[in-house]
Amino acid sequence: MVEEQKMMTISKDDLVKKVSEMSASGYRLVQISCTKIAAGIEINYSFDKNYEFINFRVTLLPPDETISSVSKTYLSAVLYENEMHDLFGVKVEGMILDYKGTFYRTSIKTPFNPGSKNE
Amino acid sequence: MSKRTIIPFGPQHPVLPEPIHLDLVLEDELVIEAIPSIGFIHRGLEKLVEKKDFIDYVYVAERICGICSFIHGMTYCMAIENIMNIEVPSRANFLRVIWSELSRIHSHLLWLGLMADSFGFESLFMHSWRLREQILDIIEETTGGRVIFGSAKVGGVRRDIDAATLAAIVKKLKSYEKEIKEVTDVFINDSTVKHRMCGVAVITGEEAYALGAVGPTLRGSGVSSDTRKLGYAAYKSIDFEPIIEKDGDCYARCRVRIRELTQSIDMIEQAVAKIAAGPIEVKVTGTPNGEFFARTEQPRGEVIYYAKADGTRFLQRMRVRTPTFANIPVLLKTIPGSSLADVPVIVLTIDPCISCTER
Repeated sequence: MVEEQKMMTISKDDLVKKVSEMSASGYRLVQISCTKIAAGIEINYSFDKNYEFINFRVTLLPPDETISSVSKTYLSAVLYENEMHDLFGVKVEGMILDYKGTFYRTSIKTPFNPGSKNE
Repeated sequence: MSKRTIIPFGPQHPVLPEPIHLDLVLEDELVIEAIPSIGFIHRGLEKLVEKKDFIDYVYVAERICGICSFIHGMTYCMAIENIMNIEVPSRANFLRVIWSELSRIHSHLLWLGLMADSFGFESLFMHSWRLREQILDIIEETTGGRVIFGSAKVGGVRRDIDAATLAAIVKKLKSYEKEIKEVTDVFINDSTVKHRMCGVAVITGEEAYALGAVGPTLRGSGVSSDTRKLGYAAYKSIDFEPIIEKDGDCYARCRVRIRELTQSIDMIEQAVAKIAAGPIEVKVTGTPNGEFFARTEQPRGEVIYYAKADGTRFLQRMRVRTPTFANIPVLLKTIPGSSLADVPVIVLTIDPCISCTER
């Protein structure tokens, strides 16, 4: 059985608004994850409600581009956002709890994106 | 206001089998704030996917956790199978259900033992783990391993279980239910156990849901959510409803896990009754190209395997969101306001698996 999964690409400027709408509609934040691609960093925000799985995709060009935190809407996002910073060097603005690079204590800084200026 | 003190809880602590660290801000014996730190043993297994063939990586996925190892391997396989449009044979899907539920039983019994140990009930700890050994014996008999099964593979499973062994497992589990009841009745009825868990670390269903909680942590607050309802593997053929408790305290989360022991036994019986003869794997050819989020229900809750492939033998990205990672915010919500003496019980109540979290 293949689960239907919706993937929607959105602008980073729409992220906070879209995520707030998901929260208001009763969706649970399932996860946030990054993937390094040729064009930069792809970030997936996944939500679930009654087993319906929806993803928002934002593409960033770090280190010049930063992304807004959604931790004011979903508290749990703060863990994912610190992870994004520590493993990929993504700069997240407005996190309600910023570990400032100490959430993961890896021997290589930003291991999934070596050389990131945000390391 | 009393003077505030910050004390470290972990990363090495008697109730923690694995390292996690909390800075506890106290006013006398009352916890005001808990600040978590993880990453002490981060292993970088997600990064390893860039250097391991996508077929071989299942061995790494299984080693993300020593408790729900089979479900890790199976979920990884499901992600690849969905990308490659591989139809897993029916018999393999039923075998996946049987090994998944055996994993759930031994994980919950392990947790019951650890919980008993956390409040000093050592004989209860030993009885819980004595029962767990019997499940490990079944796993060893059917897979050859006790911790790492090595049974999941892309396209199916590596081993079959013959009809006589399946019948013996059902017979064994029938008698086993009585033994489980004897031990779990102590958790449910003993006044000292209830004293440590009832009314402790209460979280409402709305709060748990908003924090992204999963598994027994969420169901213990009355939210009916169980990823097995998606019908992956052969769960679409298994009749069950998610087990929920409404009180949202440590006792409710414990009761959910206890009731799930019996539910898992029932699921195994259903799977054995419905499993049909047939192949246990299909041949896998080609390489994956695409992406998929595979979701399954581990003993601790929903796990996510995100795989992204570009047509080579090495995945571009593999990301694991483990249930413990999703349940950490519940600790941040429930520990403040509690007594320092309750912190070990509260931490254990989410059934933390740091091995998973530090994948």
